[in-house]
Amino acid sequence: MCSLALFPPPLPCGQATLCETNNELLSRSASEDCLKQSSPLSLYFPRESLKPHSRTESSSKAAFLDHCETLWMRSAAAWRDAGLTGLLNEIANSSAEVPKWLSVSSGCVLALLQRISSFHGSLFPHLTVRQMLINYCFTRSDCAVRAFAWHPHTDKFAVALLDDSIKIYNPKSATAPTLKHRLQRSVAAVQWKPLCASALAVACQNCLLVWHVDPCSLSTRPSSGCAQVLSHPGHSPVTSIAWSPSGSFLVSASPMDTNMMVWDVAAESCVPLQRVGGGGVTFLSWSPDGSHVLASTPAALFRVWETRMWTCERWPCLKGRCQSGCWSPDGSRLLFTVQGETVIYALTFTDTPGIPSNTKGPKAAAVVADLSETTFNTPGGDIVVGGEIQSLAWDPRGERLAVLLKGDPQARDRPAMIAVFKTRTSPIFELLPCGFVQGEPGTEPRLMQFHPNFQHGALLTVCWSNGRITHVPFYFLSAGMARHGLGGSPPQPRPEERPADYINQTLYTELTT
Amino acid sequence: MFSVEQSCWFIRKVICWRAAASVAWAVLLLPPSIAVFVIISRVSLLHPIQWISECVSLLTSATAIFSFILLCGVVLIVGFLNLEYYTVIPSIACSKIALLGQLLHPRQFVSSLVHCILGVIVAWCCAVTIGGRYQTLGYPCTQADGSPQLCLNEYQVILLLAGAFVGYCHSVLGVIHNMNYVSFHTVQQYKYLRFKGSLPLVVKCSAIQALYSVRNYLVVYFFLGYVPRTWICKTLNLQLNSSLHPLDTIAGLLDFSLLYHLWISGTFLLFTWYITLLLFRIFVTEVYSFPVQSSFTEDVHQCLPKVLTGQQPAILKFLALHDLALLSQHSPSRRSEVFSLSQPGGHPHNWNAISQECLSLLADLTQRLVAHHDTVATNGRAKSLSTGSDKKSLSSESSVTSGTEDVMTPRPSVLIKTPASVFLRSSVGSPLTVPFTPDLDSPFSSPALRRLAGPVEQCSPWHGTVQSPHIMRRGPKLWSTSTDSQANSLPSSPAPVPSPTPAASKPSLLAQFLQNRKEQVKNFLAKRVLIMYLLNKLPEASSQALFADTQSHIWALEGLSYLVKASFSEDQFGVVQTTLPSILSSMLVLQEAVDRHFKLPHASSKPVRSTSSMEDSSYKTLRFALRATLKTAIYRITTTFGEHLNAVQMSAEHQKRLQQFLEYKE
Repeated sequence: MCSLALFPPPLPCGQATLCETNNELLSRSASEDCLKQSSPLSLYFPRESLKPHSRTESSSKAAFLDHCETLWMRSAAAWRDAGLTGLLNEIANSSAEVPKWLSVSSGCVLALLQRISSFHGSLFPHLTVRQMLINYCFTRSDCAVRAFAWHPHTDKFAVALLDDSIKIYNPKSATAPTLKHRLQRSVAAVQWKPLCASALAVACQNCLLVWHVDPCSLSTRPSSGCAQVLSHPGHSPVTSIAWSPSGSFLVSASPMDTNMMVWDVAAESCVPLQRVGGGGVTFLSWSPDGSHVLASTPAALFRVWETRMWTCERWPCLKGRCQSGCWSPDGSRLLFTVQGETVIYALTFTDTPGIPSNTKGPKAAAVVADLSETTFNTPGGDIVVGGEIQSLAWDPRGERLAVLLKGDPQARDRPAMIAVFKTRTSPIFELLPCGFVQGEPGTEPRLMQFHPNFQHGALLTVCWSNGRITHVPFYFLSAGMARHGLGGSPPQPRPEERPADYINQTLYTELTT
Repeated sequence: MFSVEQSCWFIRKVICWRAAASVAWAVLLLPPSIAVFVIISRVSLLHPIQWISECVSLLTSATAIFSFILLCGVVLIVGFLNLEYYTVIPSIACSKIALLGQLLHPRQFVSSLVHCILGVIVAWCCAVTIGGRYQTLGYPCTQADGSPQLCLNEYQVILLLAGAFVGYCHSVLGVIHNMNYVSFHTVQQYKYLRFKGSLPLVVKCSAIQALYSVRNYLVVYFFLGYVPRTWICKTLNLQLNSSLHPLDTIAGLLDFSLLYHLWISGTFLLFTWYITLLLFRIFVTEVYSFPVQSSFTEDVHQCLPKVLTGQQPAILKFLALHDLALLSQHSPSRRSEVFSLSQPGGHPHNWNAISQECLSLLADLTQRLVAHHDTVATNGRAKSLSTGSDKKSLSSESSVTSGTEDVMTPRPSVLIKTPASVFLRSSVGSPLTVPFTPDLDSPFSSPALRRLAGPVEQCSPWHGTVQSPHIMRRGPKLWSTSTDSQANSLPSSPAPVPSPTPAASKPSLLAQFLQNRKEQVKNFLAKRVLIMYLLNKLPEASSQALFADTQSHIWALEGLSYLVKASFSEDQFGVVQTTLPSILSSMLVLQEAVDRHFKLPHASSKPVRSTSSMEDSSYKTLRFALRATLKTAIYRITTTFGEHLNAVQMSAEHQKRLQQFLEYKE
């Protein structure tokens, strides 16, 4: 088992990680790094450059003349915007225009509803957890970047910004389309559809949007007609989405809805999948081979769905909810972390996909890494690294695992940090230390994702809290060239290996024959 | 004949058993639903103990058991009707008059009648169960002069008639909303879970539908209620009790307990029928795993390649294609059987049969789309039958046929050579009278009506696929009768007059004449508003009808693309490589045709929002699903093969197009 004590010490203050080459992480001083932003894909979104965060309807109202609408119009608008509560509120507030009994009774009903909802909350404590979680999801407002997604096949990516717009960057084209839609509010996640050039799914406050952005189009503002709106009553706010690797389904989930939706996007139809327990779904991850979906709940429970017949296995965790998870590239291994614990667990799925009779997974999860707090002595003072894990990312070749450690934003000596492991699967599954990825001083990593097909190794894209997006390449020769295919089949096709010239050393030799 | 035997095998051994199982489950679900109905119908919150005890005693009484037996019979008959009327290819009426024709069709009339009678039976059971004033049809009363007599109990009459009305509405709405269409779900689930998931929807739908039906029924009864009442009084020699209010007045109908009982009974009726329908759909569309190859010769006709290439019934073909799509995705062992070579001889018979069938399906759809586009492009009018234009369209489609010709070898026709079947094939094969090309001027070209033409008609879309495109093209010249021969009951129809003689000798002249005649008739009719209203095409319908059976094409595309993808690492003998160029080119040609179709002015680019009802509206979105699947299928092949595709022999145009896909620019 690997622990943080085996890691090389973090960089001194003022240094930022540049890349990994020759089996070590290179760094340079952060200021120099800032000056040499040569790469077109390194972006910087300072908060100030964005418009103030999407004003609410009421605040923009002030800019217009007061217009007297009839009570009916206002009631209808309130019903549309905020449902029954809004309607009752509107009626109760406009006591001058309605009969007294109506305003009084609606006020009473409103009070009753509030009483019931508070009672509801005390009955189901995990609902409040959910509410906190949603607040957490939507108030990470110090970072201008809300969500980030690489296209699974090409070098383009989508960035969702704090002002609810989405920008698409492509190094091969000069235009960077900006996607805006009336319903695109509080974007929580974006993901490109696999096996498609143009479709981008966006998880919004009240619905899912699927944008079809023509890659050949020169338009910088695709019209909202390019977006499909997928919504289902009660399914909001949508906070996590996952496309099936075959591109046929989209799964969406909301912490407030116990249903998990499987969408047939082209037909705009959905199948709700529901199981008792957990209440809501907070995190979704589809295994790269398409056979399983991880769905974690706000309770101490997560599920692993098998995608052929959509049955699920329950995995009750002991301590907290499942915080994050990631799949190995062949879909046989799931790594996950649990809130309140500082270890990474692994589950192995050895079943052959497609035979539903023996989809019995493992019986227990094994601990593969211990990330408890460790103190490093650096020239700038002691730095404590470790603790709770926020998210995991595994590179598409299965050789590098990035772990985002939460840290403590208040304490200066406990920064949030990305620890990178080297992983190998044979002869036994093992995590080996690689190093820490750090950014400019004072910034924290918020989001990270590996490039889906980087030719020279792995490329980790990190969104920092100051709105900067950087890319950290890990140059290595793939050790898993002779991957263990199913049933001794020939190796999987993959893009030609064109390692950079200065890499002449493999990290690992294959031990099996 | 061979194929008849085969279809018998499948219908007899699988479909019938599945239908029987679904009916059995529906019968098993009757007692709980009856219990719920009893509890709800007798609800009295003020006396809960009395309420519960009454319900329990009622449920164990003889009448309850008798009604249960009756209801079992009703469910059996409904299940039988489901089995008899179901279809996997929806019949879409393209104009109002076609819809009217569907509604007035004798077959439909029989169904409506049976539903009416069943509705009365269920309503009688409800009346007996609710008891009280609904219990009997007659009751003793004293007339004004003091003599005891039997009087008519109008409460039971109104309930029974409500049952008949709801049953009739169910049957009519079934036609309008294609309730008999059975769709296949893309998300596979076990039967129990699917049933559990749909149960709330069924309850909601039956309650809402019953509400609407009862509302309409009350309006009808208010105006026409005296007719059945007097009739029953006359026939059964009953008297009307003059001391009571008749029910067809506003005061009589504003009886909330009566309205509640009507609504509850209607909901119960629709619920039992919808449950039967739902179970039937779930059971029939269950995946059936066909063996890819069999070592016993007597089982060969049950193997996937044979079943795929067979013609009928449509459900068999659909299940086979579904199985193909699933096996290509999930099952390496069955894939290896597809790629295997025959033992003596070493021919890839399995792969050849499967790929050829899929490719001919795709080519068929391409052809249909091109023909539709041509008709629409000439301003919605049917193109004249002159050979010149025919040639022109042929040359414009040369790319269509070039890619697929090598795989479209004519196969032995399995049709019985009755006049009906010949007529059918010609109607299917001709580019101008493609079955689902509703832009023909005939409003009668809907598949539902063609269904009358003969029993083989049910799987009509498959008939055309056996022919090579050239043979199919010859169709219209030989048989320009098109689909209207059954429509000559309506002489005012603007359809082309069926020409009884083969017009092969002078097709252009005769066609010209027919065309002129048609124009004249049309111009005459265009002045009549009502007729134009009936003949106007429903929006969207033509597009929907064109893609009515596209689920099969979607599976064919999925199956092919997954098999090709798997062949990259699993195909040891390279059997797939030989067909790769034709697969790619037929996909690209289809892609082009689909793109062109979506650029037509009337084709909306987005699916309509589906309402939640028992109506299965998935056929309305099939074309969008096809478009997405097609693109994904091509990408699946290009991402797997990558640069190797440059070595595949293809026309320059297709190479260029493929390059777009390789660069992710589509």
